[in-house]
Amino acid sequence: MAKYKTESLRCWDKAKELRQGVYDGIAKARDEGTMIVAGGTESAIALPAGFDMEFLGGEPYGASCTFMGIKDSSKYMKYFEAAEAAKFPRDLCSYMRLGFGSFLCNSYAFGGTYPKPTFNLQTHICDTHGKWYQIMSELEGVPYNCVDYVPFEWEIENESEESKDLKRDYVKNQMLDVIDWMEKVSGKEFDDEKFINAVNWECEATNLWARCCVVNRSIPAVMDEKMMFSLYVIAVLMRQRKAAVDFYRELLDELEDRAARGIAAFGDERLRLLHDSQPPWHSLEIFRYLEEFGAVSIGANYSFALSGGWAYDKENETWFPADPPRVAGVELKTREDACAWYANWLLEYHIVLRSLRFSGRGKNQRMHDIVKKWHVDGVMMHLNRGCEGTAVGQMEMRYYFSENNIPSLTYEGNHADKREFDLPRTKAKIDTFMETLGVRKFSEE
Amino acid sequence: MIEDFKRIYETRHEYIKGWKEKHPDRKIMGYMCTYMPEEILYAANVLPIRILGAHEPQNVTEPHIMGMFCPFCRDVLAQGLLGRYDYLDGIGITYTCQHITQAYESWVLHKKIDSFFIATQNSTQTPRALPYLRGQLKLFKEKLEDWTGKEITEEDLRRGIEIVDTTRRLMREVYEMRKAEDPPISGLDSMFMVVASQMSDKEEFNGILEDVIKNELPGRKAMEDPGIRLMMIGSENDDVKFIDMVENSGGSIVVDDHCTGGRYFWNTTEKTGDALTDIADRYIKRPPCPIKDIPARNRTAHLISLAREWDVAGVVEIQQKFCDPHEMDKVAISKGLEEAGFPTLYLEFDVTVPVGPFRIRIEAFLETLGSEDLF
Repeated sequence: MAKYKTESLRCWDKAKELRQGVYDGIAKARDEGTMIVAGGTESAIALPAGFDMEFLGGEPYGASCTFMGIKDSSKYMKYFEAAEAAKFPRDLCSYMRLGFGSFLCNSYAFGGTYPKPTFNLQTHICDTHGKWYQIMSELEGVPYNCVDYVPFEWEIENESEESKDLKRDYVKNQMLDVIDWMEKVSGKEFDDEKFINAVNWECEATNLWARCCVVNRSIPAVMDEKMMFSLYVIAVLMRQRKAAVDFYRELLDELEDRAARGIAAFGDERLRLLHDSQPPWHSLEIFRYLEEFGAVSIGANYSFALSGGWAYDKENETWFPADPPRVAGVELKTREDACAWYANWLLEYHIVLRSLRFSGRGKNQRMHDIVKKWHVDGVMMHLNRGCEGTAVGQMEMRYYFSENNIPSLTYEGNHADKREFDLPRTKAKIDTFMETLGVRKFSEE
Repeated sequence: MIEDFKRIYETRHEYIKGWKEKHPDRKIMGYMCTYMPEEILYAANVLPIRILGAHEPQNVTEPHIMGMFCPFCRDVLAQGLLGRYDYLDGIGITYTCQHITQAYESWVLHKKIDSFFIATQNSTQTPRALPYLRGQLKLFKEKLEDWTGKEITEEDLRRGIEIVDTTRRLMREVYEMRKAEDPPISGLDSMFMVVASQMSDKEEFNGILEDVIKNELPGRKAMEDPGIRLMMIGSENDDVKFIDMVENSGGSIVVDDHCTGGRYFWNTTEKTGDALTDIADRYIKRPPCPIKDIPARNRTAHLISLAREWDVAGVVEIQQKFCDPHEMDKVAISKGLEEAGFPTLYLEFDVTVPVGPFRIRIEAFLETLGSEDLF
């Protein structure tokens, strides 16, 4: 009999419906000739929400291509092959290559032809992002703009307020410029009210998801990371929509109820692990493999914070869910208000975007905080060849964990390109790691 | 003399240590990217020195940087971890690519050294970049003032600009001479010149440059047969063995665009306002690294213009393995150059270069470029 009681998540089907709805909406917009905007979802996606449009986000689209190809990888492999035939090197961002390939094959992974956008809009969050949509725009022949983004440094570096103000103004003013540009290239009027709503909802949705992740400090964990991938992605895809806020309110209630009743994600939890980086979307079974040892991955900085929403408590040197405008007592009345708030939100509270650029002491501190607060026994780090941003600082993190007696495992792979992942070898590494932790498979006990 | 360029390059550490003995009251800051505002360092009486790799296999960086980050950044970090730059008083970097930032962060984690991070912007095309960059440069200036205990005045900044601009102007003059049918300086010596300028006191170096321009280059022929004129573009490359091989295989590199080449010094400072604004403006207007060339792709036009002005027959694209910014540019740049009539050859570099196999490819490339001469 399992140690803990488990239950299916009541809002699981709702999450699936919301995810599918995004992609169906894009297909519909393509077929009806209405506005599509494309860009990274790890960007200021509330900006184009001032228009009636559907947003095609490159990263979740790439992840979906890979995940959908679990049983038959030939479909998304042809996207990679098309990108390689077009001479894009194989070590580039996997999501980006899937995007290139999808366009070059004139194929939409969710059916039909590639949904060409009206324009592309990106936020330059890593070496790749700004260039990614520069290339897409050249391939597609559509206008392109990009908000440059210089993140705040990690709190431990004590960046001056003057430097932060420069960054706030820089991002805010670019946002205002980009709104004018979007109107010009689309020929449509930007609706400030829609934009303000989108900013509010983005902040509320990410706050709520952060609170959901805090609930997972419970023992047993109410979510395991494989489950979280289906839930965090709502924020990734549509955090600027009210439906995401409503969903996360419902999810938070359910998770708090589960925690109160001791309902586990995994009934035989006896070991808690923290993952790092995107998972290998083609091989999520490694998370089920952990369960053979009684181990559950309780999350990752990636899945907790990919869409932002984490503030820093200087006194206690820890992170907590950031307050959205309405909770902070701030009313966003104008476009300028919204851009100012939004710029600061992305700079101050979007710690994954920060971690794509800056690691060192700050990233180590963040990871250690999660280890402590979520009662983690060991860390599994995906040395992800497909995303250099998430690989930033990983080897130093491993060093840091070793110096702080936190067991860690690294495994090489690629979050979207299965050709660069060795499942048997990864399982063998997990076996060895578990041995160092003194844990055997249930079947061997 | 021209030989000084190679000497400084090959004996960089001895040179810098010797400089330190002559100037014990001045500090030395190592930097890792050519967006570092050296003008401000000279204004502070600090010697800026570019940290480059040694082109030797090493095994010290694997615990610090994942193997799929570029070999250059790992080679640079290796120099720090091996103690070869222990004479530095400080290390600095601007906000640049993730790879070299890794090298910087690991260096700072493991070596006791004063560190300076300048949060420069990436985009050079938004009008918001100038006030932003000026603001960050001001903060950097203030940190230097604390570090050195010396105020940096407007006059000091003008002096710093003049020192660095003189180097840029003189090296540009040398590059202009390479437009000649028989260039007076080889691609290899030109690269030694540029890299030596990054590793030496520019006030001394300017004297060498002036002497070379005035007394050595006029009437000089670098090579008996200059061969086929080539442009070399790409990511950081100070691979002397490769350039030497190309120029001994029938090619002549007459112009380039990479950060141990022309991209480092191409434009000088325009006097428009206060010194910090002028410095910021210069870095915004310089030929961009691919990572700064967003949202519009402006590099292609600049490269085509170089190829035309220097009358090259073909372009060799060299890039560090795993260098994402340049990899993301390569398809469009190659296409642009080829459509403009300049065939390209793409080569992927590591810390050490397979000279033999590359020679075969270079010779084949040169043969295709010279094929008209066969008939």
